[in-house]
Amino acid sequence: MEGRITELRMEHITKRFPGVLASDDISIEVGEGEVLALVGENGAGKTTLMNILMGLYQPDEGRILINGEEVRFRGPEDAFRMGLGMVHQQYMLVQNMTVTENVALGYKEAWSPFRLSLPEVRRRVIEISERYSLAVNPDAYIWQLSVGEQQRVELVKTLCLGARFLILDEPTSALTPQETDELIALLRNMTSELSIIFISHKLQEVKALSNKVSILRHGRVVFSGNTDDHSSQDIAAMMTGHSIDLPKNEEERKAGETVLSIRDLVVLSDRRTTALDHLSLDIKAGEIVGLAGVSGNGQRELSEAINGLRKVESGTITFFGKEIQNLSPRQVIDAGMGYIPEERNVEGIVPAFSIRENFILKDASKAPFASHAILSRKDIDSYSEKLVKDFDVRCPGITTAAGSLSGGNIQKVILAREIERKPRFLIAVYPTRGLDLGAVEFIHQQLLAIRRDGIGVLLISEELDEIMDLSDRIAVIYKGSIQKVLMHDEATRARLGVLMAGVKEV
Amino acid sequence: MTRSFRIAFKVAVMLIAAVSAVLIASIILWMIGADVGATFYTICVVPLTNSLHLTEVLIRAIPLCVIALGITVAYRSGIINIGAEGQMSIGILAFTGVALAFPDVPRPLLLPTAFIAAVIGGGLWGFIPGILKARLNVSELLSTVMLNYIAAQFYSLCLRTIYLDPAEQGLGAAGTPQSMRLSENVWLDRISGRLHYGIVIALVLAVLIYFLVWKTTIGFRMRASGSEARAARYGGINVAFYVTLAMVISGAFSGLAGGIEIAGVHRRAIEGVTNNYGFSGVVVALFGGLHPFGILPASFFFGLLIYGATLAPSRVGVPANIVQVMQGVIIIVIVTAQMVLSNAYLQDRLWRKLQGMRKKEA
Amino acid sequence: MIEMLVNMLSMCIPFSVALLLASLGEMFNQRAGVFNLGCEGMMAMGAFIGMLIPFSAGGGGAVSQWYNVLGFIAAGVLGAFLGLFFGVVTVTFRAPQGIAGIGLQMFGVGTAGTLFRHFVGGTQSIPGIPDISIPFLSSIPFLGDVFFSHNGAVYLAYLFVPLAWYILFKTPWGLKVRAVGTNPRAADSMGINVSRTRYEALMLGGALAGLAGAYLSIAQAKMFSDTLISGRGFIAVALVYFGHWHPLQIMGGALLFTFAQTFQTQIQSMGISFPYELAVMLPYILVIVVLSFTSRNQTTAPTALGKPFNREIRT
Repeated sequence: MEGRITELRMEHITKRFPGVLASDDISIEVGEGEVLALVGENGAGKTTLMNILMGLYQPDEGRILINGEEVRFRGPEDAFRMGLGMVHQQYMLVQNMTVTENVALGYKEAWSPFRLSLPEVRRRVIEISERYSLAVNPDAYIWQLSVGEQQRVELVKTLCLGARFLILDEPTSALTPQETDELIALLRNMTSELSIIFISHKLQEVKALSNKVSILRHGRVVFSGNTDDHSSQDIAAMMTGHSIDLPKNEEERKAGETVLSIRDLVVLSDRRTTALDHLSLDIKAGEIVGLAGVSGNGQRELSEAINGLRKVESGTITFFGKEIQNLSPRQVIDAGMGYIPEERNVEGIVPAFSIRENFILKDASKAPFASHAILSRKDIDSYSEKLVKDFDVRCPGITTAAGSLSGGNIQKVILAREIERKPRFLIAVYPTRGLDLGAVEFIHQQLLAIRRDGIGVLLISEELDEIMDLSDRIAVIYKGSIQKVLMHDEATRARLGVLMAGVKEV
Repeated sequence: MTRSFRIAFKVAVMLIAAVSAVLIASIILWMIGADVGATFYTICVVPLTNSLHLTEVLIRAIPLCVIALGITVAYRSGIINIGAEGQMSIGILAFTGVALAFPDVPRPLLLPTAFIAAVIGGGLWGFIPGILKARLNVSELLSTVMLNYIAAQFYSLCLRTIYLDPAEQGLGAAGTPQSMRLSENVWLDRISGRLHYGIVIALVLAVLIYFLVWKTTIGFRMRASGSEARAARYGGINVAFYVTLAMVISGAFSGLAGGIEIAGVHRRAIEGVTNNYGFSGVVVALFGGLHPFGILPASFFFGLLIYGATLAPSRVGVPANIVQVMQGVIIIVIVTAQMVLSNAYLQDRLWRKLQGMRKKEA
Repeated sequence: MIEMLVNMLSMCIPFSVALLLASLGEMFNQRAGVFNLGCEGMMAMGAFIGMLIPFSAGGGGAVSQWYNVLGFIAAGVLGAFLGLFFGVVTVTFRAPQGIAGIGLQMFGVGTAGTLFRHFVGGTQSIPGIPDISIPFLSSIPFLGDVFFSHNGAVYLAYLFVPLAWYILFKTPWGLKVRAVGTNPRAADSMGINVSRTRYEALMLGGALAGLAGAYLSIAQAKMFSDTLISGRGFIAVALVYFGHWHPLQIMGGALLFTFAQTFQTQIQSMGISFPYELAVMLPYILVIVVLSFTSRNQTTAPTALGKPFNREIRT
């Protein structure tokens, strides 16, 4: 273990990926006890830069200096040795191992060639968790823990390895508003001992925690300065390069009759535990119902159950007066269900298929795309050309493999397919996750447009802003059942946060 | 990155792949003290030197082609069929069974019926791993291998018992386990030497498979299931059905290959008809780029290797097993080269290194 | 009746060694996230080289036991080398593991056959290794015959079962193996070299497969032939699923399958006539049946099994 880190600098870092310049001559600087917020849109290059700092990627150009001396990290273990530690956005935990074993993976002090001293690791976990008041059970398996608990494990793990310089990649993205506040308070306390780099695109958090901010756009630092000297609006404007006001659901609610009615739905998870516990929810034509909740509370299972992709143990799903639970996905699609699934790369599109093949994925055997089971290339092509134009899919051509497109364009392909099929209802699951603001704006506009056409929408999202901007009503899901359904004007962040945390309102 | 660099990269990778395949095989040949050049000459060139040899190459290319076409359908649907050996055996049994049962039915009726029996037999043997994969998630790699062993035992059991040639029965344990010579009504005519009209069937099937896989909605759904099963399922495609169907088709082709082999070449069921064609078919399918029009030349090439290897023991003293070594090496080299070719990162890095070198020179 | 049972069991234990070793090797591969279908080929190569050494030394006649030991060592080294080769293909080049394994199997079986024909020729037998009766223990009625009257390799192989358990669950290396097979990204972020760990597991697995093959040729069949392995490598892969990636359960599976394999001899000894071919089919059928019951909802499977790892590609 080396001494303190009084100053850390990354100078002129450049990193290229095929077709992308992920970091373009970036320089940042953090002093002892400082908190630097690294702000930028999705895809701006924040995570890449931090992975370079941790030695996970090698920069093509540039250097890293600690206390004025150049360091070379060949891997994360070199970074650990210098006292750096990172909590990744996707937690880096091995699910079927205990907390102690996860820490042991990096805690080389407990390693000897033929023996792993787990008790020693366990003691260290307890020591750290007490010192920073981060409650974790060292013997719990990761898969038993909630998202919030897993994050604490990540923090404990990083601290156990001796980190005095913390890198946090979007640490609040999966937390409730209350959990977020707690985390910020905790981190603020830690700054007496630690320096922190904090990646975020949520500006309230940036303002609350950081004293310096660097703004990244398209792999470049467009601004660096003191947080207190700039308003959130200024920072937001610099982040996107131009001001985007995301569309809001401001038109009057003209909800029709109930089209999707879920009653007492019980569904099991992959691990055969109860994922949906007597869930009930009604959605009317022409309204957007936002489903708020910390991910992992049954959102995935709900959308899969409605779409015939997961077995319903009991309860009913009534769609336009017809029960559709346990029908095949094909039958649900034919009943008029539109679906934007959670994982766009493996559920929304067949990545190796061309754009045009993905457009007709659900309708391959229908006229005009096929007659007598033979595909009609001409009709498919003209249809595809039209969709690419209407939905502004940026691509070399309709024969390009859909998987090679950017996330935003993949989502446009899916959206185009689903909307052009003229669904009677649409389920959108995390439709804007990981997209830049331009794409988010487009998708929000499309969702509002189909609402205007009198189509009901179930919007599942972890972004409270998105839900509050778009929804007519907001349902909060917790542990597989609906806590409460609020009208748009009853919902506040604080109230939703309390509900998402499982507190029942009286 | 320029177009010419991309092409150069591709050519270079393929060249390296070819050279390393030859090199590994050469090392084995060198170990057994063989004349490496003479061995390759015997295997790859000698069979092309006269028409008799050439017909023998084509005879071997026919089952390879038919089997590889079936394997392609399965592979494109996301299921790797290494059970062609067993499916072929069952196809032969079905074909022979029909031929033995109805020797006097006229040829226009008997031959198609026997072929249909072979198709059904092979298809059934493909259905088992297909349905097990689709419904119970059983690895087809393991189940098809096991079914190969089961089929092989069943095959020899049949040849020793119910199919046994009455002429051999009297010999007891000394008799050859084989069926009697089949009725001429199930023979395929010969074109030249032992080359038979199965070659026409193989060519027709290649076109048929191209059409099925790339031009029809069934093929579309099979390919979607194979490419990304989850997205296919989310898109309303009954993945389990199409995976099973692909496996049935694949098995049917192998079974048919067995029928053709009996009708055209052996005209009775004997031991060793399958001749490792089932495994070679996997290599042919991969070598042919999993596309019918690539499989046609690929099956000729491997027909050449397999026939050439039979010449090797007498001419250069190299065991015929060397062809299996080559096939193993070729599979490994092909799948490795494919990964290198599709590795955009590697290509990108190489390109930039090259640019850097140019800058330095300038 | 008891005598028959004792006979059957005392036969099963030595005959199960090849399956046991190969499965344990495959278990390490799969725990590290690599599906090695080339096990069969590795066993064939191990069996060939294992047999070649005592055969060359003694020309088929009696040789010093050290040549047998040398045969085992050579088989282990050759297996480890093939594991390394498979690592280059599947870890460094990230080739699809299933089909690459088929290639390795063909290569191994083909090469063993080619070399065998050149160096040995036809069917040649070697003396094999003698049984070691453990003093006192072997004279216990029944138990002595079942457990304590085998050749030395049997005891060593069975001692390796608890050792494999210890390696997997109690050493830093085992922790690394389990981590890279379940969440390589997490392991990578903790400074664990994913590729290196997978290479090491493949080499250990390969060595065990080589030893398993050598056991077949040196101790069990006392000869080599093209059909010596006859699918045992594939059964070993299936056994790993059956044994839920756990050494003790894999041992149970190895015994069960050996029982099925020796079924033919058993019923013969009972004087029941039964078609030979049907008896030979039995273990293969058993594999399919067992896989049908165990493949669904496999929650213990290493989640990164079969997936190549690339740090720079995010999934």
